[in-house]
Amino acid sequence: MSGMAGWLSPEEWQAVALSLRVSLWATMAALPLAVWVAYLLARREFPGKQLLNSAVHLPLILPPVVTGYLLLMMFGTKGPVGGALQQIGIVFAFRWTGAALAAAIMAFPLMVRAIRLSFEAVDPKLEQAAATLGASKPWVFATVTLPMILPGLIAGTVLGFAKAMGEFGATITFVSSIPGQTQTLPSAIYTFLQVPGGEAAALRLTLVSIAVALTALLLSELLARRAAARLGGR
Amino acid sequence: MLTVSLQHALPEFALDVQFEAPPGVTVLFGRSGTGKTTVIQAVAGLLRPERGRVALNGELLFDTGQRHWLPPHKRRMGYVFQEGRLFPHLTVRQNLLFGQWFAPRGAKLESLGRVVEMLGIGPLLQRRPGALSGGEKQRVAIGRALLSAPRMILADEPLSALDEARKAEILPYFERLRDETGIPVLYVSHSAAEVARLATTVVVLQDGKVQRQGTAAEVLGDSAVMPTGVRAAGALLEARVARHHDDGLTELNAGGVPLFLPQIAQAPGSPVRVRIAAHEVILSRLRPEGLSALNILPGCVEHIRTGGGPGAMVALQTPAGRVLARVTRRSAQALALEPGAECYAVVKTVSIAPEDIGGAGPGARDLQK
Repeated sequence: MSGMAGWLSPEEWQAVALSLRVSLWATMAALPLAVWVAYLLARREFPGKQLLNSAVHLPLILPPVVTGYLLLMMFGTKGPVGGALQQIGIVFAFRWTGAALAAAIMAFPLMVRAIRLSFEAVDPKLEQAAATLGASKPWVFATVTLPMILPGLIAGTVLGFAKAMGEFGATITFVSSIPGQTQTLPSAIYTFLQVPGGEAAALRLTLVSIAVALTALLLSELLARRAAARLGGR
Repeated sequence: MLTVSLQHALPEFALDVQFEAPPGVTVLFGRSGTGKTTVIQAVAGLLRPERGRVALNGELLFDTGQRHWLPPHKRRMGYVFQEGRLFPHLTVRQNLLFGQWFAPRGAKLESLGRVVEMLGIGPLLQRRPGALSGGEKQRVAIGRALLSAPRMILADEPLSALDEARKAEILPYFERLRDETGIPVLYVSHSAAEVARLATTVVVLQDGKVQRQGTAAEVLGDSAVMPTGVRAAGALLEARVARHHDDGLTELNAGGVPLFLPQIAQAPGSPVRVRIAAHEVILSRLRPEGLSALNILPGCVEHIRTGGGPGAMVALQTPAGRVLARVTRRSAQALALEPGAECYAVVKTVSIAPEDIGGAGPGARDLQK
């Protein structure tokens, strides 16, 4: 790590570290909610299901700038939600937490889609079998459903993480690009490209970006393959 | 004792059944699509019937009248499904022990070692279900149900997905389950051979109604009850192994009459049940001589049932028990068969199929005392 810190300037390193922190928090916070929403969409019938489905997918089809602007209106210090949260000391606007919120919302639909597909692949007959063996609903979920959706869960998480690492439009619109606060890797690359002589720094961050994405992809392939092999039975 | 009363609308007909399952194996017998699976799923709590009441040993599992519904995980019914339904992400050992995590404290648990030994699945413990054959999967499924400290075993056509050789491999394990554990079993089947081998009590379902209920010998020997068609008709004889002969035959003593079968494994003295397929029985008014068939049972005609077809079902009372014989109406006429007529039932030894011979276990009569 020290070698990498030396290779990157402190400012560049700051952007990388911030991006990792923002993306990790965004994925981890979004994951339980994504599992729940994916479960609802895959397994339950309820009024407003289509509405929920559309709302989840909205960030995927809206221009990211629009999503960012909507976030600013909702969660800005003068926004209805942001104002209320400020009273209890939670601030999103122009903070790294805001960058994490924007990244989470942009990554959310991708995570839900991957996890929903794996929920749909689980045979409910196995869950019935678990119930006849004495497992209550939460236990059936923990001991049968969850292990069986694991490959999809891993794929969704990595996809979400990669999306969060690369999120630019909504982030820069919502929380701007303040070095050390909200300047994530993509915003740093963009900023370096705006100043003369910044190409070298931009190139270094681009390489870091590629390396992080590839590592995440390989890791998820490995984990998903291992999980799938277990399910395959040998 | 399981008491069942159910009403539920199915696409083809309305299910409306009442029956009781005493200790031992109760087989719900009928052709496909008569509502057998609906009944067993309602007992397990996997299907909510429109109206009904099910109680096990006096404890209510559900009663729609009282709006009482015990969820499946609280019923403790060990369910053996048609397709095994083993958990693919767990090893055989973990599958077997799955139910024990959830068994209530103080429940009487079967020991893993005993169940593994009984089912012969020791070498499979470290494998995963994906690497098992159909017969192995079904044995593990039986073990998994047994080890969950069930108050009753529910088996929904557990052999129907298997070929004949695998069926013959699994049936003895259900016999052992019946004879060695004492856990009551509700078993769904459309096979007369399975009824003959396993049933203590038979409940015959037809188009959603209980057509007949009684012991296996009573129901299979009743010429009016042929839920799976006349071709599958055949009465059940209860006998004891007399001795094994050197030429590959086993001699039974069936109510004083010798009965020769292709060799079976049971030791001399053990009780066995033999199903004699009705279409394999030849009738003769005189004691036949110079005949290759080894089994000749003297008897007396009880009644003759004819339908629209060319066949007649003749019920004979013999010292070995009731025998059903399917002959043509023409033969019945030619032999002047009528109730009270004396005649002989002839059964070729080799026509008695191995799947129709089973260990009798505790007889229905012993259990109902």
